[in-house]
Parts: sequence; C-alpha cells; structure tokens
Amino acid sequence: MREIHVDQVVKTVAELCIAANYELDEDVIESFRHFREKEESPTARAILDQLIENAAIAREGLFPMCQDTGFAVLFVEIGQEVHIVGGDLWEALNEGVRKGYGEGYLRKSIVADPLRRVNTKDNTPPVVWTEIVPGDKLTITVAPKGGGSENMSEVRMLRPADGVEGVKNFVVDRVSRSGGNPCPPVIVGVGIGGTFDKCAWLAKKALLRPIGQRHPDPFYADMEVELLERINRLGIGPQGLGGRTTALDVHVEVYPCHIASLPAAVNMQCHAARHKTAVI
Amino acid sequence: MAEAIKITTPLTDEQVEKLRVGDSVLITGVIYTGRDAAHKRLVELLAEGKPLPFDVKGQLIYYVGPSPARPGMPIGSAGPTTSYRMDPYAPALIRQGLKGMIGKGEMGAEVAQALQAHKAVYFAAVGGAAALIAKSILKSEVVAYEDLGAEAIQRLEVKNFPAIVAQDCHGGNIYREGRAKYEVK
Repeated sequence: MREIHVDQVVKTVAELCIAANYELDEDVIESFRHFREKEESPTARAILDQLIENAAIAREGLFPMCQDTGFAVLFVEIGQEVHIVGGDLWEALNEGVRKGYGEGYLRKSIVADPLRRVNTKDNTPPVVWTEIVPGDKLTITVAPKGGGSENMSEVRMLRPADGVEGVKNFVVDRVSRSGGNPCPPVIVGVGIGGTFDKCAWLAKKALLRPIGQRHPDPFYADMEVELLERINRLGIGPQGLGGRTTALDVHVEVYPCHIASLPAAVNMQCHAARHKTAVI
Repeated sequence: MAEAIKITTPLTDEQVEKLRVGDSVLITGVIYTGRDAAHKRLVELLAEGKPLPFDVKGQLIYYVGPSPARPGMPIGSAGPTTSYRMDPYAPALIRQGLKGMIGKGEMGAEVAQALQAHKAVYFAAVGGAAALIAKSILKSEVVAYEDLGAEAIQRLEVKNFPAIVAQDCHGGNIYREGRAKYEVK
C-alpha cells in the first residue's frame, strides 16, 4: 500500500480551487476565438471579445474569472493500493476547500441548510464523488460550479420508446427553455442511461471532457455533433442577446440501463468552464 | 458593433429615451448595488411609507454579489447576477424614479411596462466577465444593510463600465429580437 498523508490532500485541493477559478483552460479560450470568427452578430462578437479579455485579466491573479466562484464539486479517484494516513479524507477535502476559498478571495456561496439558508462562510461542504480505481494514485479534480447554469439543469425519466429522438429533443428543448440565464455560450453535459442518480452524475462528469474531444463511440460522437448544430440554430447566442454561438460543445456520457428505463440528464455549464486536476 | 455610447449617471428622461436595444454603452459615475435580500427590504420600506436609505432618482442599480476584495483593492470580481429574481421588486423602485438596472437575462412583463411608463432602461452586463467589469470599478462603500454581507447595498464609483441596452423604454427587448433574428428554423 502506498501511503498518502491528508496534509497533501488539503494542500492540493486548496491549490486546485484557486487555479480553477483564475485560470481558464486553453481549450475554452480557443473555442471562444473559433466561434468569434464564425459569429454573425456584432453584439455576440463583442461579448466573445469580452470573455477572451476577461480570461486574460483573471489569469493575472487579482480577480477570479467570475464572481460566482461556485459550489466546489470534487471528483476523487482513489487507487485501491492507496492508504490515506494522518486523518480523515472527508475532513481533508473540506479543509482544502476552506483554505482555497479563503486564501484565493473566492466568494462563499454555500448555505448550511437548503431551506433555512445560513451561509457556512467558508464554502464548505464540497460535493464529493469518489471512485475506486486500480493503482496507487489519488487523482483529484476540482470543478467549481456556478448557480446560474446549474439552475437550468434537469433529469428526465424518458420511456424506452422515446428512443434516440426523444433524448435529442429533450436536450435541445432544455437549452432552448434556458435562454440567456445559464450564461451562454454553454457547454452541455448529457447523461444517458444508468439510474435516476447515475444519469445526473454522468451529465456532470461529461463537463470535465475538453472541448472538441468527441465520445469514443462514433454513434455518440455523431449525436454530439448533431446536438451542437441544433443548439446553435436556436439563435440564443452569447448571454441570450442573439447569435450563432449558444453552445461551445455537447458532451454525452452513457451507462447501461434497466429494460424499463431511459433516464436522460442535462447539466448546463456556463462559459466559465472551470476544472483543474492533480495526481498525487 | 457601433462605437459605445458614453453615459454618465444620474440619468435623465432625455438620455434614457435615446437608448435603444443593442446599443453598447460605457457607464461612468455612481451606481448602486443590490440583489434579492436588499430589494426585499427596500420594497418593504416603500410599503410602510418610509424613506429609502439612498435616493434612487436618476440612479442605476446593479444586480451583483461580488467576490471578496483583496486588501487595498476597491472590490473583487463583480459580474452581474440573474435579473428575473428582482422582477417582483423593480417596478416599485422605477416608480420612485430609478432610471435603470444592470443585470443578466430577460426581465418580466411588469418590468417592461414600468420601463415604458416611467422612462427607464435595463442594461445587460456580460455574465461571467467579472474580472473585466471589476477593473471599471474605482471605489466601493457600503451605504445600507451591512449585515447582508455580499448582498449589502454598496455605492460604486465606476468609469467606462461596459453594458448593452437589453430592454429599452420603447418596448424593445433584445432577448426576443436577437434570438428571432438568428434562429434557423
């Protein structure tokens, strides 16, 4: 067994929270440039220019790219040969978020109870997804998720008879009804199959894939391309002010499914497509 | 895009009347911040017939919940929050002489009617362009409801704050018109 001390987990999570909020990945910025060249609306072009400039200013390190620095969603892959020592992993993940959001001057947006709504003032707790994987490494991804785009997300339990077209229509309709609210241009994460809960998780995990990277199965790769085209025909445009650039990409993830079921989920990601990964 | 129109607060009826959806503007002067919780209190004061903590006549309210400021800086990141949550409150403030709001996303029918009836304007700032917008904010001070933290009402001094006219006093609505123009059936 390889031993990993919790102090290293705390430090890594804190650093990832800060980096994710200040440094937009190049695939997203390149995508802004790509769509800016194709965009017909002058207002849309001006907005995409602002987003490119905004990312450059944030990278200087004084301001996070968006004031909504999100719910800290953590994907933790734990190698089965790893032994966590020195304390409790859950506490370490919490402490990492607390430290990162404090030291990075990031906004604390979490309330301790969904109805009584008192802010925890340190952005804890995170949402944590763990997976046990082969090997002796710990892989941590921090994906801060803003409220505006999360609010436009949805799970729907379709009938198997609804089939491929049913799923595609649901995805396009969800984006259409969202209009400018999720801060387009968006990245659309789609989960298909599994159970009610697994399907939502797939849609969230789909957001971590780099822009432009297609699903390895050509059937789903083609579906991603078709959905992106249909969504960009909606005319919503950047910020909902009209244009050709409503989504930068669509990522589909799938899982085996019960004979009676066809769950589908859409997780909307605003243009601040933040996620950073470290391997310990 | 056409050259941005420079406007300075407070705004007059004449200035508001000239603004049309799609116009790009750079705002200089004072703007006030406020979002859900602060709006609820302002509207409660009006209902009780009490004075507001600041005079809204000719002013703009920016729907924003900034990230914390680093020491020595006027503000943290300061992009707009979603405006429809303020739909129940905005018409009452417009009737008091508020000349406009800045936020993101479409505002409702009652707000649109109030914009027309009282000559006010709704500007969209670019959601998520919070670092860029923060650079146009020179100074901030809390004027009311400090207990609300990030939701307190602040007085901001801004220079060339970038925004786009989204709903104007002539009934124009860029969310509808823009989408219709670029939709491919």
